[in-house]
Amino acid sequence: MKKICLSLFALLGLCSCSSDIWGWYVINPTTPSGWINIKFLVSGMGNTILISVTAAVISISLGLIVALPGQSSKRAWRIVNRVYVELIRSIPLLPMLFWVFYGLPIIFKSMGLNIPIDPFWGAVITLAISDSAFTAEIYRSGIQSIARGQAEAAQTIGLSYAQSMRYIILPQAIRRILPPLANQFIYIVKMSAFASVIGMQELTRRANELVVTEYRPLELYSLLILEYLVLVLIISAGVRWLERRMGSDE
Amino acid sequence: MSNTAIELKNLNKWFDDFHALKNINLTVNKGEKVVICGPSGSGKSTVVRCINKLEKHQSGTILLDGKKLTNNPKSVTSVQGDIGMVFQQFNLFPHLTVMENLILGPMKTQRQSRQKAVEIALHYLERVRITDQAQKMPSQLSGGQQQRVAIARSLCMEPKVMLFDEPTSALDPEMISEVLDVMVELANDGMTMIVVTHEMGFARKVADKVLFMDQGQIVEQALTEDFFNSPKTQRCQTFLNQILKH
Repeated sequence: MKKICLSLFALLGLCSCSSDIWGWYVINPTTPSGWINIKFLVSGMGNTILISVTAAVISISLGLIVALPGQSSKRAWRIVNRVYVELIRSIPLLPMLFWVFYGLPIIFKSMGLNIPIDPFWGAVITLAISDSAFTAEIYRSGIQSIARGQAEAAQTIGLSYAQSMRYIILPQAIRRILPPLANQFIYIVKMSAFASVIGMQELTRRANELVVTEYRPLELYSLLILEYLVLVLIISAGVRWLERRMGSDE
Repeated sequence: MSNTAIELKNLNKWFDDFHALKNINLTVNKGEKVVICGPSGSGKSTVVRCINKLEKHQSGTILLDGKKLTNNPKSVTSVQGDIGMVFQQFNLFPHLTVMENLILGPMKTQRQSRQKAVEIALHYLERVRITDQAQKMPSQLSGGQQQRVAIARSLCMEPKVMLFDEPTSALDPEMISEVLDVMVELANDGMTMIVVTHEMGFARKVADKVLFMDQGQIVEQALTEDFFNSPKTQRCQTFLNQILKH
């Protein structure tokens, strides 16, 4: 890791040698203080990944639960689905985060429940709910892309609605929706930066804290962006691998 | 027990304000083979789809073995295993092998063991003459083979009645006969069958009774011999002339 940092640092140095606005010493891996700063910044990675993965897992399950009523023949169920999707989709992430973190505990308390919401769960719940509206729409398009004849054939061999979903429709739909779902995961990773606002110690929070003590926003936020870039590139590579693998057994 | 397999009384079906079926009356006895023909859009598929409840009917009664079929989803599921259905587009499950296509229904809805289900599946695969393809995916089979697998899939549920909705219309001409052969054998074994088809040769050979439908009504209903030799209505004569001309 030190080698990677060194080469990146050298590259940045080249770009900025003609200018006096840069102060790369703050994250210079060759100096003890610079190295400590880098380690401090990168140590937020674990929490960023943990928040994103937890939120994604919940969102993928929640999205399916939200999507299924949308396929119902009963109008009331479809309305429930529409209202959820339209409402959640229209709430910006940051206000929802504030509402969940500062507002929800008050509701819990009024109901006599003692459920504290820490920054981790505040961020995870917000990201998961916010994302589930989009995941639900992805499921919807996936399920609708399966020809009607499949559900009819399932019916004629006596399968119930649940069995037809479980054995016929979803296994076929999932191949088509995995790539967009994975895309949605990238979105979650980036939006997890908002967790910094409620005090979650993740990548962005670490950068913010260091900026306050070091007064070098340009360099520190540059590194922060680089950290997200690396994370997203890794996920993208994973998504492409997944797409290739699924394409091959069609 | 009566001898009636299926009875339709004053069946009416609307798609929104389109009156698709108008007062359909039909009695199919056990072991009887009925062919329904008519121009496209005449409602022949809709009749079949109402019988196995893929479509809801709005008025009239459908009796299967003397039991009334309702649109209630629970009773629909319980009855669908008794009625086999073969679609124009085969509708095999593309993500499952031929064998898995066949054993899914018996295992999930009749709670059969895998071993028993496989045994039954092999029996019917043999009857439709594709035992050697059991482990293949549907996409690896020809259209005719796929349709025969679809027939076997329905038979695995050991239905009382088999419905065919234009089973050969999506097939290349040279594959039609292999599917019809299987259907003829099935008919000879005494299966009750309702077949929507334009294959008049098949109708002549197999059917006890032929129905001619137009604009949502049964225009003519006659024993096969009478239907082809002396059609009563002008509409039916024109239709027969057109499709038997070549």
